[in-house]
Amino acid sequence: MDAKFIDPFISATLNVLDTMAFTKAEAGKPYLKKDQIASGDVSGVIGLTGEVSGTFSVSYTEKSILAIVSNMLGEEMKELNEEIKDAVGEITNMISGQARQELDRLGRSLQAAIPTVILGKNHTITHVTAYPIIAIPFSTSSGGFCIEVCFEQ
Amino acid sequence: MDLSMKVLVVDDFATMRRILRGVLKEIGFTKIVEADDGSTALAVLKKDKVDLIVSDWNMPEVTGLELLKAVRGDESMKNVPFLMVTAEGQKDSVVQAVQAGVNNYVVKPFTADTIKEKLEQIFHK
Repeated sequence: MDAKFIDPFISATLNVLDTMAFTKAEAGKPYLKKDQIASGDVSGVIGLTGEVSGTFSVSYTEKSILAIVSNMLGEEMKELNEEIKDAVGEITNMISGQARQELDRLGRSLQAAIPTVILGKNHTITHVTAYPIIAIPFSTSSGGFCIEVCFEQ
Repeated sequence: MDLSMKVLVVDDFATMRRILRGVLKEIGFTKIVEADDGSTALAVLKKDKVDLIVSDWNMPEVTGLELLKAVRGDESMKNVPFLMVTAEGQKDSVVQAVQAGVNNYVVKPFTADTIKEKLEQIFHK
């Protein structure tokens, strides 16, 4: 998969968390993911369609998402609950929106579906195709999270 | 900007409604009502007089764009200011919203200052 389709998701992730949750994250090295087990306790997944189909997902450890949503809402969140699920959905939506804006500028127009959120240890993420899944780990001062991008090309 | 006006916040995500409510309160608005999608927003609008609509675009059932078109097509509320706050930042989307009669447009993610600035642009035009 061309890096120019991955980079917009990395910069959108950094920007959305910084703007909406005042959280500085640092992107690690992208790698090829071999299985469908999520690398976190809660994931947001969004399907993308258009010239190519694909999936974008983001999986957070419990510690990282509690800190992110606490910052976002200005209130301490203590457990993974419906409020966290809702926030993960909206963050996924915003990252996908901003990345699609950048992809649009690069001449690749995509539409997004409504995100779904999966909660639980060792849950799986089903990407739309059998194409390679690129995973990018991120770190924050409150733990890590990981995004995954999969496009049918 | 008259801070006593009634604002309707429309978004299918409770998190975003909460954030927008917080931002609007911070600006000084006190009368804020919410709806979780375009169809529930229309129900609120039929019942209540609303002075400003702040709405998301991508929502199940009735989208923000459909809500905007319904508002502009209704004699009793066609002049209600409409701020679209959405993750849809592509040029085509902005053009569609402008053609449908949106007053201003904010692309998520946003800061409180951006919302304030866009609202001031609406009311000081």
